[in-house]
Amino acid sequence: MRLVWLLALFSAAVVAEQPDPQRQQALINLLKHDCGSCHGLPPKGGLGPSLMPGALANKTDTFLVEVIQNGRAGTAMPPWQQFLSLEETAWLVEQLRQEGWK
Amino acid sequence: MKPLNSILPLLFSLLLSACSQAELRATGDLGLVIEREQGSVQIVNTSNPAMLSRVEGLGDLSHASVVFSRDQRYAYLFGRDGGLTKIDLLRDQIVKRVVQAGNSIGGAISQDGKVIAVSNYTPGGVKLFDADTLEQLAEIPAIYGDSGQLSKVVGLVDAPGQRFVCSLFEGNQIWLIDAKNPRQPQVQKFKDIGKQPYDALLTPDGHYYAAGLFGEKGLALLDLWQPELGVKHILQDYGKDDEQTPVYKMPHLEGWTVAGDWLLVPAVGRHEVLVIDKRDWSLVKRIPVAGQPVFVMSRPDGRQVWVNFAFPDNQNLQVIDVKDFAVIKTLQPGKGVMHMEFTPRGEAVWLAVRDEDRVMVYDTETLTETARLPAQKPSGIFFSNRANQLGL
Repeated sequence: MRLVWLLALFSAAVVAEQPDPQRQQALINLLKHDCGSCHGLPPKGGLGPSLMPGALANKTDTFLVEVIQNGRAGTAMPPWQQFLSLEETAWLVEQLRQEGWK
Repeated sequence: MKPLNSILPLLFSLLLSACSQAELRATGDLGLVIEREQGSVQIVNTSNPAMLSRVEGLGDLSHASVVFSRDQRYAYLFGRDGGLTKIDLLRDQIVKRVVQAGNSIGGAISQDGKVIAVSNYTPGGVKLFDADTLEQLAEIPAIYGDSGQLSKVVGLVDAPGQRFVCSLFEGNQIWLIDAKNPRQPQVQKFKDIGKQPYDALLTPDGHYYAAGLFGEKGLALLDLWQPELGVKHILQDYGKDDEQTPVYKMPHLEGWTVAGDWLLVPAVGRHEVLVIDKRDWSLVKRIPVAGQPVFVMSRPDGRQVWVNFAFPDNQNLQVIDVKDFAVIKTLQPGKGVMHMEFTPRGEAVWLAVRDEDRVMVYDTETLTETARLPAQKPSGIFFSNRANQLGL
């Protein structure tokens, strides 16, 4: 039971820790233009697959965060952990699901 | 009074049309600047840097490129969303726009200027269109393997003999397309050319087609004078023991440099430009540069090569002196230097500086800025003199 509470606290902290407005803008710019160079703008796909909400619907946040952080071997998807914190990555996934690039 | 009032608008429009007729515009010094975010292009004058007009409603231009009709009046724009748009550079307007596929990556114009070819990701393949009407003439699905999968098609260029050449990213093939009869193109397929060709180039003389490989080291080379000899894998061993770094933007091979017997190309995933001896396709030198190169573009006289870089080094731009194969200048024009285009004889180079919302013009001798123009997230610059260049 205690563990559950700890987990809940932890995830609440992650959600609460949003990038500041300036960083959010930089992240959206990254999404549109750097991710967009392979995934398109809107990200309907290109060399990389579609990142539209429908295409991501059956993929978990954990999976998406992991792919962005570590890349995918055997594909052109590079790891972004050097440039994006876990919180920022989670925030970007949220933006993708809500079409936050608009 | 009343009669005058009623004819005023007429007078005014007559005056306007007289003005527009007075402004004759030659297309030889025009160009297009792609504004990727809002899906528009600027028509610019390249002799006296200025925006002349903006054409909007062009769809997803997140990876757009342009070829020109040989009279240089029309530009054909290839958008990411499969849009193929013919733009009239004299009238600043769209002549025709078709959405010919779900996802596309680039295109080419035939030797005789009569056929437009587009390379598509979805559905993977090449389509041929009449350059006048944009009527579809043929569809060539990029089928590979035993179960009939479709491959993304990259590196599509025109080649002498009314041909096109392209590469299959997943299919690991190079296709040589004879479009003498564009309604029934003949395809010669070269298989197992190397893993994941990601882009390709044609030497400016139309002799060689080379595809860069993403899935393994080196380039796949096809001699178009002797295609029967097949595809040769070159630079297979270069850097194979080096640490492979992640690639944040696919390099482009267009505009590669041929200087005497040497070729300069971007190294994949490394902070290097490679110098290749064209006589035996051996690696002569690896020039260290400020990031992973994206475009390695030659000034038209071949003396200088300008290099831009992938994220996170795309604020840099470097100039290589081909005489010594050494970097002579590192410029920082602003964040997000996406593309560069030389004026036809190379006294100036234009830069698309995306994150600063501007296009900048540099003098290639003094290496200093001479002009800047506002542009919305510019990502590509294409001048009309491309109309007369093979492979562009």
